[in-house]
Amino acid sequence: MTYLIKPKLHHPGLPANARGFTRRDYEGKISTLCAGCGHDSISAAIIQACWEMDIEPHRVAKLSGIGCSSKTPDYFLGNSHGFNTVHGRMPSVLTGANLANRSLLYLGVSGDGDSASIGLGQFAHLMRRGVNMVYMLENNGVYGLTKGQFSATADKGSASKKGLANADSPIDTVSLALLMGATFVARSFSGDKGQLVPIIKAAIGHTGAAFIDVVSPCVAFNNHSGSTKSYDYVRAHNEAVNRVDFIQSQDEITADYAPGASVDVPQHDGTVIRLRKAHPEYDPTDKVAAMNYIQQHQALGEVVTGLLYLDSDASDLHRNLNTVQAPLNSLTERELCPGPAMLDKINASLR
Amino acid sequence: MIAAGRYADAYMVNWYSNVFPGILGRTCDRPCEPACRRGRVEEDNLEKPEPVAICRLKRVAADHKGDIGARLPKPPTKKNGKRIACIGGGPAALTVARDLAPLGYSLTIFDQDPKAGGFMRTQVPRFRLPEAVIDEEVGYILNLDVEFIGGRRIDSLKALLAEHYDAVFVGCGAPRGRDLEIPGRQAAKASIHIGIDWLSSVSFGHIEKVGRRVIVLGGGNTAMDCCRSARRLGGEDVKVIVRSGFEEMKASPWEKEDAQHEGIPILNYLVPKTFEHANGKLTGMTFEKVRVEYDTKGRRNLVPTGEPDTLYPCDEVLIAVGQENAFPWIERDLGLEFDKWGLPVLDQQTMQSTIPNVFFGGDAAFGPKNIIWAVAHGHEAAISIDQYLNAESLADRPPPQFNLVSQKMGIHEWSYDNDISNDLRHIVPWAAAEKTLKSIKVEVELGFDAATALKETQRCLNCDVQTVFKASLCIECDGCVDICPMDCITFTADGEEADVRERLTAPAANLTQDIYVADGLKTGRIMAKDEDVCLHCGLCAERCPTGAWDMQKSLIEMTYAGPACHAPAPRRNAA
Repeated sequence: MTYLIKPKLHHPGLPANARGFTRRDYEGKISTLCAGCGHDSISAAIIQACWEMDIEPHRVAKLSGIGCSSKTPDYFLGNSHGFNTVHGRMPSVLTGANLANRSLLYLGVSGDGDSASIGLGQFAHLMRRGVNMVYMLENNGVYGLTKGQFSATADKGSASKKGLANADSPIDTVSLALLMGATFVARSFSGDKGQLVPIIKAAIGHTGAAFIDVVSPCVAFNNHSGSTKSYDYVRAHNEAVNRVDFIQSQDEITADYAPGASVDVPQHDGTVIRLRKAHPEYDPTDKVAAMNYIQQHQALGEVVTGLLYLDSDASDLHRNLNTVQAPLNSLTERELCPGPAMLDKINASLR
Repeated sequence: MIAAGRYADAYMVNWYSNVFPGILGRTCDRPCEPACRRGRVEEDNLEKPEPVAICRLKRVAADHKGDIGARLPKPPTKKNGKRIACIGGGPAALTVARDLAPLGYSLTIFDQDPKAGGFMRTQVPRFRLPEAVIDEEVGYILNLDVEFIGGRRIDSLKALLAEHYDAVFVGCGAPRGRDLEIPGRQAAKASIHIGIDWLSSVSFGHIEKVGRRVIVLGGGNTAMDCCRSARRLGGEDVKVIVRSGFEEMKASPWEKEDAQHEGIPILNYLVPKTFEHANGKLTGMTFEKVRVEYDTKGRRNLVPTGEPDTLYPCDEVLIAVGQENAFPWIERDLGLEFDKWGLPVLDQQTMQSTIPNVFFGGDAAFGPKNIIWAVAHGHEAAISIDQYLNAESLADRPPPQFNLVSQKMGIHEWSYDNDISNDLRHIVPWAAAEKTLKSIKVEVELGFDAATALKETQRCLNCDVQTVFKASLCIECDGCVDICPMDCITFTADGEEADVRERLTAPAANLTQDIYVADGLKTGRIMAKDEDVCLHCGLCAERCPTGAWDMQKSLIEMTYAGPACHAPAPRRNAA
């Protein structure tokens, strides 16, 4: 961390996006996390993704719970809406906000403690319901704010900084999200922005519950030789099944790949997710096969990354509930009190 | 040091290399400022990109330093018996004397003018450079037991060499101002003056008045000095007229601004045709209007517009259209060779002429330049003379000493100030115009006060503090990449330089700036840092969990004449 405010000066050649903003305009306050924290890289990846997608910062709501990861929304998108909820309660507050105003882009930021321990139930139900959001789980396997105890995602047998082995079984949040019905599931690594940024962009483009588990080493407590969530371990065991290109408009589709090497998955809104395959046999649209593959490779000690599952025909909570398109705060008395004739009609339908 | 209020320390650092901090702090052409990183960094960021006011901060150190007498070198108690003659008492010769006198050499400086200082005294007007500043800084040198013989013009090198000096240094400047031979020049000569000669006469008080309407011809700094001087000697309607465009003028931009600020118009694209006169008295000048055209080879030409010539009435004309070297006093049969432009044939580095014990420097060496170049020549010539008189090879010059010291004091504490100021360049205050335009002796610029100087120093981007990277410590967490405000740092695959430059977070377009590259990372990638617009804010080092980045202060110690240059060179301990 640093006490200084990041200088306002920027590179003279810093480009602006279609909204006229530079990448620096998507930054937030200076981070107070430890130097070298993976979470800061994830914040930078979110900034990059939002800048590249020409997102208007004031159309974004970022919600988080409690923990190191949940502090990070202060460090990106300084001009967006934010809500720091009670520990583990980000999913329910976000669900409520989303129901009230579906026109915003919802970005939930959480950690392994916030999502896999105290908030596990909330996490599961949000995935079930298909709330239209991007759920970023910044996963470091330890409770950093309370001096590095094992979290619920720490691998069995991995060691603490003092050398004690973890006896408990880990919760695999990716498998859990798949089981619970998430329609976009990915895993990435904070130290690989080349992979992470396009995944965030694709998740933002996805309609439905998009879950990204980002392995994010804790430099202070979990970046040692006995850890399975250290920079070195993840780099050595990273099995990327594919690389994602998120293509926003039809005319951008220019790059040619060898047949079979890539597959284009069109989305509802006209965007395209192009998957450049690293493992030819991996099919991210087959949920059961994906779950099998992840489990098999996890048993080998590998960290499977990439876009693991994608349901391009996903539905979301609003469609399921058949809610009104307009944000609730824009509804006037005329829509909310449609008059006795409508009331009679409703009553009649219930008789 | 200036920020810390250590003015005397700052002055001494500057004194050793620049010799005339107080003089240069007012008059320098500032070749350093276009190179200042602040100007590049503010590009596309702030309204008007400007370098740090390096020159005027040096003046601050000189103005506020107090008494530094005790810090200056003392005249040697024992002379080494070698005699050196310096022809001309300008900045080059004074630098030679400053460097060599403390070593025990006996220096004699000859100058045609009664006081030492050369160009600095005769041509820079007093409203830019007060006499007291010249006397002080020239005095520091003459006090080193240097003999100054004023009012003696050297008319023959042969005669001087016959006096058996061990070495001769020629620093006589470029004393001849170019003339303009157009119709009417001779008939009206009483009211037409060569700029540098006129300035010199003004400086020594031989000229105290000028006509009401004055035209200054030429677009260099001498022209600016002429017009501003004329404005103070009774010239009410003073204008500068240049052949070429305003933008192409040789004068420093700030000197042009200063002249305009004093109500002196600068008219451009006017080629002088005739001096108009009646009864032997100058009445005006006619000019032909021209415009720029580029020929098929892309060369720039001035072609007449075809409009009728314009007449500008005037009472006096000052011609400041360039200076030339002239060596009528050097006999051509001495073995001293000249090139086709009439300049002496010299070794570019050692300043040695084709007569082994005759050395040149300043404007006399390679044609008109400026004070700071003259000082640089003086340093080199002093080393050469010292080596020559010790029978050593002049080519064998030790490189400058270089030292790096870590600035780390704590996790995010550094022994330099790394907070970046967003201030724009501060403006040097001026004395009131009604006062300065009345007398040629009232200095116009007042210099920064201590508070403004402090603010201006904060604009400095600490280029002496280097970001030093140690790959073996790096865990490639990207912390430095993310925090860098200028997008300087990239971790990427290795490749050819041209290719790597394109692949950086911000492509490195400035090819004159080397890229800092380190390999030996665990992933096999390289760290590449484009130094071009680095702020040295140290955030990369503060964000680094392992100390792979460190901020280290570099100190370059230039080589001066003396024992360090003698073989076998005894190594000096880096301070």
